[in-house]
Amino acid sequence: MLKIKNLHASVEDKEILRGINLEIKAGEVHAIMGPNGSGKSTLAAIIAGKEEFEITKGAVLLEGEDLEDLAPEERAHKGIFLSFQYPVEIPGVSVTNFIKTAINETRKGRGQEDMPANKMLKLLREKGELLEIDRKFLSRSLNEGFSGGEKKRMEIFQMAMLEPKLAILDETDSGLDIDALRIVANGVNKLRNKDNAIIVITHYQRLLEYIVPDFVHVLHNGKIVKSGGKELALELEEKGYDWLKQETVS
Amino acid sequence: MAYTEEELKKELETKEYEYGFYTDIESDTFPKGLSEEIVIAISKRKEEPKWMTEWRLEAFRIWKTMKEPEWANVTYKKPDFQDIIYYSAPKKADPNKSLSDVDPELLEMYKKLGISVDEQKKLQNVAVDIVVDSVSVATTFKKTLAEKGIIFMPISEAIQEHPELVKKYIGTVVPKTDNFYAALNSAVFTDGSFCYIPKGVRCPMELSTYFRINQAGTGQFERTLLVADEGSYVSYLEGCTAPSRDENQLHAAVVELIALDDAEIKYSTVQNWYPGNKEGIGGVFNFVTKRGICEKNAKISWTQVETGSAITWKYPSCILKGDNSIGEFYSIAVTNNYQQADTGTKMIHLGKNTKSTIISKGISAGKSQNSYRGLVQIGSRAKNARNFSQCDSLLMGNECGAHTFPYIEVKNKTAQIEHEATTSKIGEDQIFYCNQRGIDTEKAIALIVNGFSKEVLNKLPMEFAVEAQKLLEISLEGSVG
Repeated sequence: MLKIKNLHASVEDKEILRGINLEIKAGEVHAIMGPNGSGKSTLAAIIAGKEEFEITKGAVLLEGEDLEDLAPEERAHKGIFLSFQYPVEIPGVSVTNFIKTAINETRKGRGQEDMPANKMLKLLREKGELLEIDRKFLSRSLNEGFSGGEKKRMEIFQMAMLEPKLAILDETDSGLDIDALRIVANGVNKLRNKDNAIIVITHYQRLLEYIVPDFVHVLHNGKIVKSGGKELALELEEKGYDWLKQETVS
Repeated sequence: MAYTEEELKKELETKEYEYGFYTDIESDTFPKGLSEEIVIAISKRKEEPKWMTEWRLEAFRIWKTMKEPEWANVTYKKPDFQDIIYYSAPKKADPNKSLSDVDPELLEMYKKLGISVDEQKKLQNVAVDIVVDSVSVATTFKKTLAEKGIIFMPISEAIQEHPELVKKYIGTVVPKTDNFYAALNSAVFTDGSFCYIPKGVRCPMELSTYFRINQAGTGQFERTLLVADEGSYVSYLEGCTAPSRDENQLHAAVVELIALDDAEIKYSTVQNWYPGNKEGIGGVFNFVTKRGICEKNAKISWTQVETGSAITWKYPSCILKGDNSIGEFYSIAVTNNYQQADTGTKMIHLGKNTKSTIISKGISAGKSQNSYRGLVQIGSRAKNARNFSQCDSLLMGNECGAHTFPYIEVKNKTAQIEHEATTSKIGEDQIFYCNQRGIDTEKAIALIVNGFSKEVLNKLPMEFAVEAQKLLEISLEGSVG
């Protein structure tokens, strides 16, 4: 589904990604781990199409199509979803209104009609239950005055509503207490199926106890320095990143 | 059919300001310039009684001694008042005739403006008075309203038919001496709406006036007088458009509201005069004086959505004379390109336990300047007066400006005054977040702006809220990247 080929990217002439290769197939969950500043969030932003990053070499392909010339909203229409590390607040725009706009704009982008209101309501109710979202939240301004955990839960709620092909969860576990973590992970697990793929970006393996990945990659200095199965996350937890840093130097 | 680039370009140009068309209607137009003769001629053309002619002449003499105000935070080339036509009337528009007598060109124009003059279309439940250039051309639902004793007609007719009411109230809230533009308006106003709601009557429908400048070189000076007698209620809407022209056109209106004991007036405006082009050429100068007076337990609520005009100078105000009276001001002012707006309100608390609320939302884009100017004055006898003011500014891009000028004068120690102000910028982060959810930048801005303006949009009557929302989107089209 997603193919990243020898990706080099920089911001303001500073090279952040230095040759990333990664292939993700439908039905798979990949975890990307690594120390601060290793380029994890940059990778997520580049896939989503954030403008300030420049691809200097290599390419990102979604189902064979090069994403470089596509605007962020066009990528979203093609099924890419990013759960933000720091979701923004939009005062005066209710959660329902925002999600409704997102869904209908996406449908428009795909040449489909607006979703009928009753279907939208039903979906809001179903997915809201899945993520244990209090109905009162639906009429509140998006993320305004939400706690860190509520914001993250709202991100996964949007993911559930938009049903993306490829979801990237950027540090979704940060700021979550254990109960919220379980709800979020449970939601994500229920959304997993053979047709979609998920990239989980995280610092700690805690989240991976709940969302069990098929593959784990370790990013360091803009490169994937090690890949493995889910046991790699545990090894990292035990030995710390220094172990890998040393290993890559030697 | 071949679609040429030229045609496409044309279409795009007109899309910028949808109402920028000019309708070729035969007009009865006075020569340019202003003098006592012109004032007398206007009064004569309107077949006014002598007291009205005298009233106008007095205003004209006062105006001649006055200077244009310069304290507002706007810069422009002052209009040449001798280069303006003070009277222009579509020839075939006699409001007393039936619709079938109306110039078909005029009807076509209404259609383009989306105005229903067909009384059969009661669905809309809005009675409309339409003022084109200098005269009122159609008032709908007159009969239905008359059954309740409500008077809703062009002010020129009211001067003939209800002189005692007009004489009693005109100039009592905005005196001729009030300011330069009010004095000018008093001398040369050509039409506008008059409305009287009798004691205890709740007006069953929205009353609406639609103002349209059509003729080139004409100024529009309409005057609206609205009297809500004791215990009555009325909701009034006002809309404005003008053709796109390279020269500036002057619009200097006066609106007076009188809310007697226990009465309530809700006055909403969607102002969409031509704002000028992208380079700041042309556009309407909108110098307007709007004020209402509240007697005991009365309430006046101003709601405005200001998206048009090259220059806006406008402060809808409330004089809270009666005890327990309430004044409200809800405003959204959008400026884009080279537009300048200096707008706000005055809340004058004279009575005891008077309350006022001010919510102002300014949105600036392009190279525009947007100022909020508001006065809260608590008189010495206004015990327990309360005011709450909130001024929020939203900036788009790095070349526009937002300014807040609050004035607070308190002469009674028991007053409670709160003032909150915020300034924010539509962040790239917010836009990217929306983009990532499949919402393109144009739509994202509309969403964010609507959210920002929601508290005020919610105050508008339903039919207007939708129109206002669309207008906000159109006004900010192309304002980012």
